[in-house]
Amino acid sequence: MNYAKRLMWPLIILLALIVVNIVATGVDFIVPSVNEDGRLGGAFVNILRRSAPLLLIALGMTLVIATKGIDLSVGAVYAIGAAIACQTIIDAPDQTAAGLVFSAVAIALVVTAVIGAWNGVMVAYFGIQPIVATLILMIAGRGIAQLVTGGQIPKVQDSSPFTELGRGAFLAVPIPIWIAALVLTALALLTRRTALGMLLESVGGNPEASRLAGIRSKGITVLVYLVCALCAGLAGLIGAANLGSADANNGGLWIELDAILAVVIGGTALLGGRFFLLGTAIGVVIIGTLEDTIINVGLSSQWQFTAKAIVVFVVALLQSPEFRAWILKPIKRRPAAPAPAPAEEVQAK
Amino acid sequence: MLKQVLAGIGAGALLFGLTACGGGDDSGDGGGSGDGLVVGFAQVGAESAWRTANSESVQAAAEADDRIAELKFVDAQQDQEKQIEAVRNFITQQVDVIVLAPVVETGWTDVLQEAADAGIPVVLADRGVEAADEDLYVTRLGSDFAEEGRKAGAWAVETFAEDPDGTTRILELQGTTGSAPANDRKAGFFEVLDAEGLPYELVDSQSGNFTAEEGKAVMETFITTHGLDGIDLLYAHNDEMGLGAIQAIEEAGYQPGTDIQIIIVDGSKAGFQAGVDGKLNYIVECNPVFGEQLMDVVVQVANGEEVEKFTPVEEGVFDASQFEAELPNRKF
Repeated sequence: MNYAKRLMWPLIILLALIVVNIVATGVDFIVPSVNEDGRLGGAFVNILRRSAPLLLIALGMTLVIATKGIDLSVGAVYAIGAAIACQTIIDAPDQTAAGLVFSAVAIALVVTAVIGAWNGVMVAYFGIQPIVATLILMIAGRGIAQLVTGGQIPKVQDSSPFTELGRGAFLAVPIPIWIAALVLTALALLTRRTALGMLLESVGGNPEASRLAGIRSKGITVLVYLVCALCAGLAGLIGAANLGSADANNGGLWIELDAILAVVIGGTALLGGRFFLLGTAIGVVIIGTLEDTIINVGLSSQWQFTAKAIVVFVVALLQSPEFRAWILKPIKRRPAAPAPAPAEEVQAK
Repeated sequence: MLKQVLAGIGAGALLFGLTACGGGDDSGDGGGSGDGLVVGFAQVGAESAWRTANSESVQAAAEADDRIAELKFVDAQQDQEKQIEAVRNFITQQVDVIVLAPVVETGWTDVLQEAADAGIPVVLADRGVEAADEDLYVTRLGSDFAEEGRKAGAWAVETFAEDPDGTTRILELQGTTGSAPANDRKAGFFEVLDAEGLPYELVDSQSGNFTAEEGKAVMETFITTHGLDGIDLLYAHNDEMGLGAIQAIEEAGYQPGTDIQIIIVDGSKAGFQAGVDGKLNYIVECNPVFGEQLMDVVVQVANGEEVEKFTPVEEGVFDASQFEAELPNRKF
């Protein structure tokens, strides 16, 4: 019940954005079309497909934030994952070999998981503040990606199966959407059907009390940073596969800020404790839809950041109980005014 | 107290600097020890293939040029602090000419003043600094972004003069909002279209932030919003965005270069390859290989010759008939 209420405000904003787009461009906006090659297309499907990398990162970020942490390094990890996969593939003689693509993806994911575990160890065992621990890799990570690619932008052949990760479709639905949906479902089941979610919330609420209660809070902290970096690496793979190239400087640039924004829009407090994976997913779709809305209603690029700020501002205000009480005061007062009268009657009796 | 002392020294140095200017040439020639010039180059970093090609060109040209004794090369890794530090080191080492490719336009007054006080001329490469500091450098060698836009516009006017349906419908992918190349490439392009009286409609124009990722995303939205039927021309401010857009057009089931004509600015290997494959129609070069031209300017400046405040880099244009021949010459 409370969960549904939490999701209500982001959902209302998302619906409003969709209505604006339908008014601006017609009902085609929301109705998926079928492309010549049999996969689903259309404006909204495109938004979902393009939002997949951000969703993966935002989901990982939600778990990290639930433990009262933050991970600023996800954009750099995205670039590292993309760089490793693309460089491995272009270094090989036959870029179309399925085994090669599989091992390139595996190497990229293992490296990003190790990076995440390193972040987690710094936070959990060395007691470094999360914002500082992950800031180091946020700055240095793109340098690592540049070293991997030798300062160039490696371009994978269009014929390589690797590009299917970003451009292909399974049962007509684009593969990035499948991956994002699978990760969302898996994380939701893991945290809501097992005790893991409760443990996360307890670590975020009070790590010391959790430890005294017998929860291995350090291990859990390392685990969430590992999962977060793994998600970021996976997001980098999808982004690189979509373009067929890895840009160490610009790939996933500032995506950590969009991810944090999506988490906040989704109703997870940065103070740690309660978290809402589904809310985060809605937040990501809001951000993705917003970027298209700016083009569809004919605003110029200069408006992009301002429009984003306004929407986030509105969502944040709507989610604040204090603000809602304040704005509803004049409306609520009228029914409240006659209230003393029956109270007197009661007293009179 | 310390500030006042420093300000006093600065003011004094400034006064002497005015008179020292005339004599600066002698000491400059003397410092070169007769063999050639010592040049300090504070480069932005290695943030793109364009930049890497630029650094290599300057280093190779200095190596090959007998008039240059030594090039002191500093990679500032996109950090202004490091660049300022590099310029200060060049001043201490008494190099003959300082070449600076400023990361950003502002914040150079102090260090450029120090160079002027030391009698060392400064040449800007590629990017510029804010107008208030104009007196503190000798010349800027770089791309004329507005001219690049005008070249693209001229081709559009020529190509679409005989457009059967009368109006040329254009999509534009702009560079990073507010950046000089984005502003000037846009302005130059439409300046020519307006001046030549080509009947056109700018269907949509959005920023793709100079990256393939955003170029592709924006193009996908253009296609779902406007469709591609009836669109004549796509003008992309750099080739990364253009290449991203080409993918989006192909995935939507259209033929880039045939169903929609495409102009890109930059001209990397990947851009030319797309041209050879028939996926785009016109490339306006933004040339990073200006090492030799830079060395000429440096020597002129060191000899105290009069140079223009802005020296444009030599840049070409390429149409479909030239892509294949030019591809092997591409440096980045």
